[in-house]
Amino acid sequence: MKGMNQNPLDLLPELFLLVGAVLGLMAGLFTPRYRQRIVAWICGAALTGALIATLTIAFRPAGTVFDAYALDPLTNVTRIVVSAATLVVVILAAGWARGNRREAEVYVLLLLSALGVIILAGADDLLVFVAAYLLASIPAYALAGFAKDAPGTEAALKYYLMGAFLGVLMLAGVTLLYGLSGVTAYQPLGERLTNAPVPAVACAIVFLLAGVLFKAGGVPAHFWVPDVTEGAPPAVAAYVTTVPKVGAFLGLLRMAVEVFQGSAAGWHLLIAIVATTTMTLGNLAAFYQDNVRRLLAYSTISQAGYLLIPIAVAGRSDLAQPALLFYLAAYAVTNLGAFAVVIALGRDSLADYAGLGRRSPWLALALVICLLGLVGTPPTAVFVGKFLVFAAAWDGGYAWLAVVAVVNTVASVFYYLRWILPAFRADQGPGYEPSAAAKRVAYLTAWASLALGVGSGLVLALG
Amino acid sequence: MPSLAIFLPLMAAAGLLLIPRLGRRMILRIWIATAAADLILIAIMWLGYHGGIGYQTRLRWIPSVGAGYHVGIDGMSLPLMALTALLFLLCAVYSLRETERVRAYAALFLFLETVSLGLFAAQDLLLFFVFFDLSIVGMYFVIAGWGHGDPARSALKFFLYTFLGSLALLLGFIGLYLGSEPHTFDMVELTRHPAFANAPGAAGLVLLAIGVGLAVKTPTVPFHTWLPPAHTDAPATGSAILAGILLKMGAYGFARIAMPMLPSAWQRYAWIVIVIGVVSVLYGALVALAQENIKRLIAYTSVNHMGYIVLALGAAGLATGNPQARELAVTGAVTQMVSHGLITGALFLLTGVLWDRAHSYDLNRFGGIAANAPTFTGLTAVAAFASLGLPSLSGFIAEFQIFAGVIGTGVPGAVVAGALSVLGILITAALFLRVLQKAFLGPPGELTAKVSDVRPAELAAVAPLLALSLAIGIAPRWLLSLIEPVSAAIVSLVSR
Repeated sequence: MKGMNQNPLDLLPELFLLVGAVLGLMAGLFTPRYRQRIVAWICGAALTGALIATLTIAFRPAGTVFDAYALDPLTNVTRIVVSAATLVVVILAAGWARGNRREAEVYVLLLLSALGVIILAGADDLLVFVAAYLLASIPAYALAGFAKDAPGTEAALKYYLMGAFLGVLMLAGVTLLYGLSGVTAYQPLGERLTNAPVPAVACAIVFLLAGVLFKAGGVPAHFWVPDVTEGAPPAVAAYVTTVPKVGAFLGLLRMAVEVFQGSAAGWHLLIAIVATTTMTLGNLAAFYQDNVRRLLAYSTISQAGYLLIPIAVAGRSDLAQPALLFYLAAYAVTNLGAFAVVIALGRDSLADYAGLGRRSPWLALALVICLLGLVGTPPTAVFVGKFLVFAAAWDGGYAWLAVVAVVNTVASVFYYLRWILPAFRADQGPGYEPSAAAKRVAYLTAWASLALGVGSGLVLALG
Repeated sequence: MPSLAIFLPLMAAAGLLLIPRLGRRMILRIWIATAAADLILIAIMWLGYHGGIGYQTRLRWIPSVGAGYHVGIDGMSLPLMALTALLFLLCAVYSLRETERVRAYAALFLFLETVSLGLFAAQDLLLFFVFFDLSIVGMYFVIAGWGHGDPARSALKFFLYTFLGSLALLLGFIGLYLGSEPHTFDMVELTRHPAFANAPGAAGLVLLAIGVGLAVKTPTVPFHTWLPPAHTDAPATGSAILAGILLKMGAYGFARIAMPMLPSAWQRYAWIVIVIGVVSVLYGALVALAQENIKRLIAYTSVNHMGYIVLALGAAGLATGNPQARELAVTGAVTQMVSHGLITGALFLLTGVLWDRAHSYDLNRFGGIAANAPTFTGLTAVAAFASLGLPSLSGFIAEFQIFAGVIGTGVPGAVVAGALSVLGILITAALFLRVLQKAFLGPPGELTAKVSDVRPAELAAVAPLLALSLAIGIAPRWLLSLIEPVSAAIVSLVSR
């Protein structure tokens, strides 16, 4: 490391979010309830600012700032994906939160949680990682129970208890690593771990994984996902199943490459096994769900399994990093699109989607694109992501993992089609007026997922 | 030019969906006009084609993994593209009376046309895969949306089964990519420098993945179980496209990808391919013989006919065999792809007439149709004779070359395989004669009164297919001279 960089302007995107949240909170305090929409605009502007700031500094050489925060493509992609995804969520949430007594708080909490997620990925020091974990989680707990109804409260409680418990385990892992090496910064930590006793390191890695898997919604820390997705307000469900994954997986990738790499503990295999169980369990549980939000919840769990594959081959294949980055971006767009359709219709039961193709053909098309996208049908973005993941797995010596993922993908077709098919049946379901803003978001994300797939070469070349 | 031909239908489909308030007739007119324009484009390309890979277009798509938009046309893709354009045009003509959700129906078929043309022109594995997979999605919606019987179930089975195949194919492609040096998905490059030259084990595994993927689509025994329900429940046009075009994607993939890119593995496992081919020929024919459902019967004859192709391509991998005979076998295989598309397309469209009139495919409930519907009977008879390999029709040209090639290799095992497969023709002849006797001749059956003769649109859709089959059967030179250089190239590539 050449000299310590302490330029706060390198953190401009993060500062945008922080300032946006604070300004939004202040504005929310002093505006009457019917004018709180202004906070959504403030938060939207902050997210847009973060996006633009990232784009302007994205092509600087990689480095770190304050010796604890990495500035590299990984961080920049996280900034872009998280800001853009949160922006979409803010738009989706605006329709639901309108007129709520605490409308401003929704946007502020979203922004704060998003900030935490970005820092999760950028953290180059275990203590920063822990702080980011808390910052990303606590506002999300509040959001999950925001509606103060029974399912929401249950969801929030479950979310909070799991998060607190697994967070403590993660802290134990951090303590253990500090005890083994005497440092918390990733790079020196990784160097010193090469000589540390393997069982202790393995324990620490398992503990650390507990926290990360909680954020990512991976097995065995997935129990909150279905309940929160079904019980929380739909826009919040879209948020917690999409955005935290980005930070969690990229943070884990950074740890894997910088910290775990030198240790002899068999973490590659551990993550491969976790990936296998996560995708298999998520897929099997999704099979006969009749509530679309629960179905999407299990689908996001299975997607977490695919996303773990590139981490299992981190350091062994050059494709691991681009695969993970691209898959995450693709997944975020596509998953948000599916949720946008659900929010636009405001209906949760599979039966309510019967005849959607007749009533709103374009919304049905968006749904088809997003769901087939989640399957991994070309030319959507997730297809390119999946293809890169398979290639990375094979290249990294885990061809069997690619085969497992393929079998799982085929199995997943079944439940996505259970959703698609009734939409194109001739029988008329009950008619609803879709909400206009969410409908537009659904179109936008569906086409974006196609465009990202077709234009994947361009995106990958930049990354 | 090929890109225009590929994407013209897609643009028309987008136009159909986007322009509001189009009448049913207008939609059908646009559909037919687009398909006709596409056929003309391909005819022009045929006339201007002078050997090698012509009309190439290369664009960068995902350069970081060596995948690009690379299309080009050679003597194997050209006849298949022409077949595609023709069959889609005739399906449009056949659908003139379609009333159910015509806009979506036309858009879906135009989309499928783009996908099929793109697949036959693709010179990049990833691009090939994209089209391969999208053909499944398109056909799923055709079966699920416009099928009869239990379409949801058949469509789901079709989707799951072929999707598994396509993902196996993707794994195989990734294997080829990782095995090549430098890493690339470009088919021309991969053909020039085969991957895994020094790693026979890995090459075998990759061939297994690709082989399973293509075998599901072709389909060969034991991967054919999705085919009968899909065909039975699909609309007539959907079945025609499924059998005429989509099945060819599998066979084409063997000749285009598996053989030239994994030559040593193909040679090593040629016997397995031959056995699978012979089993498909005999099993398909025997099961077809036992069917009482006419459409299901034709579906099983597809397994039989595609089996000949697999047999021929397997025999082409016998390095010790006579090279001229192997070339003949490959030429026969490609001719069979075209011929089967024409004949089976016609047969499925004709069974559509039965369904339209009587809502049944049950062989036992018809009889003496010839008295009510002479033209319909005549067309069916010609198609049936073409399918069973009567000389002067295209099926004979294709199958004769296949048998002559397989037996001519002079390898004892291949001679036995060829001789066994000739039995397939015998069984097919028996089953088609049985259908003609039971349904079209003899005493009138329960539903015969409902079967009126073909309408002009139906005649216009079926007659060109049979006329072309006759043309190929009588004067095949114009087609064979296009295919022969490619089969010579394939045999020399696979003998490396």
